[in-house]
Amino acid sequence: MPIVAVNLWYHVGSKNERTGRTGFAHLFEHLMFEGSEHHNGSFFQPLQQAGALLNGSTNTDRTNYWEVVPTSALELALWMESDRMGYLLPALTPERFETQRDVVLNERRQNYENRPYGMALMALSEALFPPDHPYHWLTIGAADDLRAMQFEDVRAFFRTYYHPANASLALAGDIDSERAFALAEKYFGDIPAGDEPRPVEADASLPREVRIVLEDRVELPRVYMAWHSPAMFAEGDAEADLLADLLANGKTSRLYRTLVYDKRLAVDVSAYQHSRELSSFFLLASTAAPGTSLTEITALIDERIQEVADEGPVDQEMERGLAQAEAHFMYRLQTVGGFGGKSDQLNAYNVFRGNPDFFAGDLERYRAATRESVRNAARTYLAFDRRVLLSIVPRGQAALALPGSEPVAVS
Amino acid sequence: MGVDRSRLPAPGPDPLFRFPQIARHTLRNGLKVRTVEHPGVPVVTIAMQIDGGLGADPTGREGLASMTADMVDEGTGSLSAIDVSDALARIGAEYDVEVGADVTIFTLTTLTRFAGRGAELLSNMLTAPSMHVPDFERIRQLRLDRLRQLKDLPPAVAERAFLRLLYPSHPYGHLAIGNETSLRELTLDEVVRFHEATFLPPRATLVIAGALSHPDLVAIAQDAFETWNGKADGLDAPAAAADVTPQPAPAGRLVMVPREGAAQSELRIGHLSARRDTPDYAPLLVMNAILGGQFVSRINLKLREQKAFTYGVRTGFDWRRGLGPFSVQTSVYTAATAESIADTLQEISALRGERPATPQEMSLAQASLTRGYPRNFETAQQVARSVSQLALFNLPDSYFEEFVPKVNAVTAGEVTRVAQTYLDPARAIALVVGDRKATEQSLDALGLGELQVLPPTG
Repeated sequence: MPIVAVNLWYHVGSKNERTGRTGFAHLFEHLMFEGSEHHNGSFFQPLQQAGALLNGSTNTDRTNYWEVVPTSALELALWMESDRMGYLLPALTPERFETQRDVVLNERRQNYENRPYGMALMALSEALFPPDHPYHWLTIGAADDLRAMQFEDVRAFFRTYYHPANASLALAGDIDSERAFALAEKYFGDIPAGDEPRPVEADASLPREVRIVLEDRVELPRVYMAWHSPAMFAEGDAEADLLADLLANGKTSRLYRTLVYDKRLAVDVSAYQHSRELSSFFLLASTAAPGTSLTEITALIDERIQEVADEGPVDQEMERGLAQAEAHFMYRLQTVGGFGGKSDQLNAYNVFRGNPDFFAGDLERYRAATRESVRNAARTYLAFDRRVLLSIVPRGQAALALPGSEPVAVS
Repeated sequence: MGVDRSRLPAPGPDPLFRFPQIARHTLRNGLKVRTVEHPGVPVVTIAMQIDGGLGADPTGREGLASMTADMVDEGTGSLSAIDVSDALARIGAEYDVEVGADVTIFTLTTLTRFAGRGAELLSNMLTAPSMHVPDFERIRQLRLDRLRQLKDLPPAVAERAFLRLLYPSHPYGHLAIGNETSLRELTLDEVVRFHEATFLPPRATLVIAGALSHPDLVAIAQDAFETWNGKADGLDAPAAAADVTPQPAPAGRLVMVPREGAAQSELRIGHLSARRDTPDYAPLLVMNAILGGQFVSRINLKLREQKAFTYGVRTGFDWRRGLGPFSVQTSVYTAATAESIADTLQEISALRGERPATPQEMSLAQASLTRGYPRNFETAQQVARSVSQLALFNLPDSYFEEFVPKVNAVTAGEVTRVAQTYLDPARAIALVVGDRKATEQSLDALGLGELQVLPPTG
């Protein structure tokens, strides 16, 4: 396959923002596509002309940029990436900044405000993390913060975070290491390294159960449960993944089987370990079937969780979880680029582990999990008295929320 | 060593790429089998494509094909729905069903070492589903609940209403899931009969792509599917939707599904345009890329990069065996609703004559369609799906090899001609799912006629 993936991570995300200035890292990502000093125009144009697929994304912990190009266009992609790393600011104008700010406000409307249950993560993050914790806000940022941003802030942000000392480049596909390193040197070698930004440190814990309710334009009420859980790659992170799987992945999972299949009290249930750099959260959600109360669903969910915490998974669940983890590792290795392909994975290991060669070690975390370690994870992390319970109910029907829920407002 | 930043490095000649070599077989029962060797990662994808998608739903039974497809993983033989789910998970399978306009495709991806087990399981699921009453009732209720939830999802509301506007009284004119009335009317007996009439070897194409040799892949197909005979002679099979001529859309061109207080307006603009077997397929692709099919395209640059009305806008053809739509899809800031529609129609109009494709636009569109083409064959799943498309649209096995030269041969004159022939702003329906009060006045001023208001469900 004559293609190469270029994947560049900057170790900056919304965790590097502060209260009142949220959404900046992501807005900045947009500006990276608007031109740089030596190519003062659309970043997309020359790369599309060369047959590239390209994109970028920002999350709490990192910003990534990638191109998948025919091997013949590799140098073009490296030239473009290095030009915006080394020479972005001369091309930035207040007009480009204003336009992308409005584009981002539209992104926010489309993906959050105008979408059913779209504000759930916002409410959960605010309840789970204290106001000064960098996971208190979502990467998309607050609309008012986005509107208040100044063009001047862009320069400082670029100088602090966008340079080689805070970046990681991965190439994957039809290329050998020698040529890859030589080309990286050629295109990026002249850019001053800069300083490594100070690592962000923040602790968060939840000493009690928090119950909140949000009214939304939805037909069916949904309950969300969120717990603090081990950081990405930390001890217990893989177990939390396996827990999510055995609780809510597929018809055989304990919660789907009880709530949706046997009792038909819910229309869906999901669980996911959101692994992140500073700390993770474990999120469980279930939508009530018409006529069912969230109280009823919640009681059953708690029963099933308690069972796992008491007895641990059965062998069959462990085998199934491992089979799926192994298969999905292989599926991801099929693509060299894009979100989650080989090159993106290399960067994740390099940035968060300091070791790109962690494929085997990563899988080993799942192989090493035992019934006992998964049971311990359930006991330790999924405690009923240390979680956020969010009810999302149809507008005007706050009474459908779990009892004792405090109304919250997010916008 | 410094880099010359005075100009961009010019890409070299396109690297050589060998497209998948497809081997054809027909099993004794008439099942068409296509195998593709896809070495590398030890993964196999098995795709079964069966004639009869949502277009095969009888009037009043919209959702039948999709409901039938959904019953496939609800138990087979001695396995309950739970057992099937467990068996899939034990081989780490990714199982997926897509009910299209003309066909339904079942895809199972697994590790090479489980390929035989996966094929056997898929075969049992497809050919001998249990079709138990409680499973049927549960699935139907979940679908009714889903329909209820979709009322709050603007893109889904827009899709549903737009299809009905494009295809009044045509078998393509609904979502695969059907509607509240039709789902309530459906019986398990109808599902069983639909399964018997459509799940037949001669109506199906099996594609297996993966890190095995052709003989191994064929053996997997034979072992799993050779004894499948089906229960009917195919005479009860539904008529092909592609053969039904769509009625012209009614005169009302400006349509709204009100959504009070909506933060944005979800827009669909378009009309029926082309069949997949049109000889103008390649020029239409190039034309679409220039107009709105990619990031650097006229409509996206205008609505997003110039005016910041939206996070993004795309245009495209929804290819079907029968006549399919060309449409513009986007979600725009409420205050920009009318202007976005006007700009879009103006861009369509301009490409038909007053501002024809420039040489730069032609070169960009052609290069972006052809130079990245090999990328579409990276995973076993992509390969299996692509080869299934050949069967769906009756395309030759040489199709992939011919794609690049055909697209590169398109001229600017042809782009203008197909824009004139296949696009017509005067015929376009503009559908808005958004706040009526905030947009009505400016929509009236567009001069597209009286605003037709649909119920909130679309």
